[in-house]
Amino acid sequence: MMSTLPSASGSPHAPTPSQPADITQITSSKVHMGANGAPKREPGRQRPSAALPNETLLRWLRDMILIREFENRCAQAYQQAKIGGFCHLYIGQEALAVGTIGCLNHDDPIVTAYRDHGHALARGMSPRACMAEMFGRLAGCAKGKGGSMHMFDKPNWMFGGHGIVGAQTPLGAGLAFAAKYEVEVMRRTVDGGPARRKVALCYLGDGALNQGALHEAMNLAGLWDLPVIYIVENNRYSMGTAIERGTTMAHDLTAKAAAYGIEGVRIDGMDILNIYDQFKPLVDRCREQSRPAFVDLLTYRYQGHSMSDPQKYRKKEEVETVRQRDSIELLSQHLMAERRCLSESRLQEMIDECKAAAMDALTFAETAPAPEAAAELYSDVYVNPQPGLSPLREYHQGAKNPLL
Amino acid sequence: MRLSDIDWSKPLPAREGARQIQFREALREAMSEEMRRDDRVFLMGEEVAYYNGAYKVSQGMLDEFGPQRIIDAPISENGFAGLAVGAAMYGLRPIIEFMSWSFSLVAADQILNNVPKMLYMSGGQWGCPVVFRGNDGAGGQLGSTHSWCVEGLYSNVPGLKIAIPSCAYDAKGLLKTSIVDDDPVFFLESERMLSDKGHVPEAEYYIPFGKAALRHEGDDCTLVSFGRPVNFCLDAAAELEKDGIRVDVLDMRTVRPLDTESIVRSLKKTGRVVVVDQCWPFASVASEVITQVCERAFDYLDHQPLRVNSDDVPAPYAKNLEAEFLPHKGKIIEAVKKAVGRL
Ligand SMILES: Cc1ncc(C[n+]2csc(CCOP(=O)(O)OP(=O)(O)O)c2C)c(N)n1
Ligand SMILES: [Mg+2]
Repeated sequence: MMSTLPSASGSPHAPTPSQPADITQITSSKVHMGANGAPKREPGRQRPSAALPNETLLRWLRDMILIREFENRCAQAYQQAKIGGFCHLYIGQEALAVGTIGCLNHDDPIVTAYRDHGHALARGMSPRACMAEMFGRLAGCAKGKGGSMHMFDKPNWMFGGHGIVGAQTPLGAGLAFAAKYEVEVMRRTVDGGPARRKVALCYLGDGALNQGALHEAMNLAGLWDLPVIYIVENNRYSMGTAIERGTTMAHDLTAKAAAYGIEGVRIDGMDILNIYDQFKPLVDRCREQSRPAFVDLLTYRYQGHSMSDPQKYRKKEEVETVRQRDSIELLSQHLMAERRCLSESRLQEMIDECKAAAMDALTFAETAPAPEAAAELYSDVYVNPQPGLSPLREYHQGAKNPLL
Repeated sequence: MRLSDIDWSKPLPAREGARQIQFREALREAMSEEMRRDDRVFLMGEEVAYYNGAYKVSQGMLDEFGPQRIIDAPISENGFAGLAVGAAMYGLRPIIEFMSWSFSLVAADQILNNVPKMLYMSGGQWGCPVVFRGNDGAGGQLGSTHSWCVEGLYSNVPGLKIAIPSCAYDAKGLLKTSIVDDDPVFFLESERMLSDKGHVPEAEYYIPFGKAALRHEGDDCTLVSFGRPVNFCLDAAAELEKDGIRVDVLDMRTVRPLDTESIVRSLKKTGRVVVVDQCWPFASVASEVITQVCERAFDYLDHQPLRVNSDDVPAPYAKNLEAEFLPHKGKIIEAVKKAVGRL
């Protein structure tokens, strides 16, 4: 086959999409395919999610709604110029973070890219700390030093929010390496407790598939049996570049992992029960066997790439089509029609509660004090500050992080 | 062992003594002592284990510590530097060997974007206690791609500490301090010094960062240097003495932190300063030293501060060109003579 160079009409700046993303995998409820194309559900066998108690599913639903309402408030605050910098919303992808994190133990480490508010909230960060960070407040999870793209939460084992596309992928290998090292070399945790097998989750966008860092990291993970799962949040676009225009083998990304001896699966990410059914056994396997995995998790972002994206590269109808299978609606329908543990009125209450929590975060962030330059500009640069490190000023210890 | 546990008031062991070992052995001793004490410490890099180290720094360490702590990494500097970031945030204490600091450039994103900024970006939640170490500067006719002096580039970045020993004694003491420090340390060695022998005490000792050592004393001029060029300065000092010119030679040992106090103290005595730095001159450590001298001790200067850097060209291959390119003894002598008005 002859290779084709990008044509003018195929350039990211093209006014009309030359090749729209293939969204059929997430718009049809029939597709729950494994890497080899075989349907995952065996007849007569109960889905793992069927064993989950109603409370768990209701909690997930609430988490998903909270993320959506929280992001709506972010959008509003950004438009009012109260949030600065870049701000990437998670609306549409909620089931992915909530579902995958729902398969973990609390002390399994995770690391992600800059579209990170959803992961932070799903991991248990308070909406106040998350919103305050975006407002550049001392009460933010990074004391206002990180911003929207850099959410860190040590008590909840969230190792960031990372702004450089792909940079978090070797870190994911490192987290898995350390967890394995605790069990196999130290035989205790770094804090002196009993070590147990862990799995690290490393999220990345489909755009990060093309970064060398990921490929180096996957090679190391495959080589050294590191228990890390690379989760491609495949929302079909990296900014305005449809996945087919940016990466090879877009129709079967698991082939990339296969090259490193890593098991790969494709999972429909709009249906959280389906995520659990396929992802939970994978997590268990990686933990038990100390092996990496790779997941092409199909999802979609309803909003623009960031808050300043006019979305010329995709058609409104495409977004509308995907929204027909909205993850929050799928789960609430399931809970109402099949599990019968949710009523319309309870759902509405839940939405109102989440709206109130998002509003509370917003009001908190608005009135919270900004970090004072005298106290915070020169703190958190060194753990052990000492004279002579800077010609301008001496570094010092700052205020205790609000999460610690 | 933590940095704060070290009793800095205790005097360091004698610099002179019978136990002469190579620079590389001093490095190995530092790593091995810390690895015996702390099982969170591991060494990872290309060829560090089965090959016994590309430059034999880690020779024998695989036998003692096993393949889970002395780890051969494939040629993926960005990958394993980033792995170290994750492992360090988690709570381990990685030592990462770059075969050469020249190759650290392909890991620039991890070592410059993640390592020094993690503590700040996480609002104090996670530091990045990694030691990155390897050969820096011209190794001997390796050409431009392999002869990088990275201290000029990297010392620009807040959040890092940078140590550059000039002798085996300091190599051991500074590396031990680097390993116990909770901050990331870039530790710059020189292939040309690895076989140099010097006295290294068997006892454990830690050399504090930000404390220069006075290697040679004189009243006429202050020579400020770090790393391998300190030895060029000492050669120059010996020769200058024959002409009756006596110089202070200050070995900075670390460039970040930088012991400006010691420089100013010496300058108040000599009134003249020449900075000898293996980097290119533009925006170099030498530029920084001179700026700080002007900011803090301008009135004590009897002559404008001078610098001797590598020549401002890519490192050449030809033996004679490379020798000329470096901040060698001849250039240093010329600069000192200019400073003291004897040219
Ligand atoms: C190394 C690097 N190059 C470019 C950018 C600018 N950039 C930020 S996000 C982005 C698109 C990434 O898309 P994807 O990985 O699919 O993640 P998504 O935004 O869809 O979540 C680009 C090009 C960056 N942050 N880092
Ligand atoms: Mg994307």
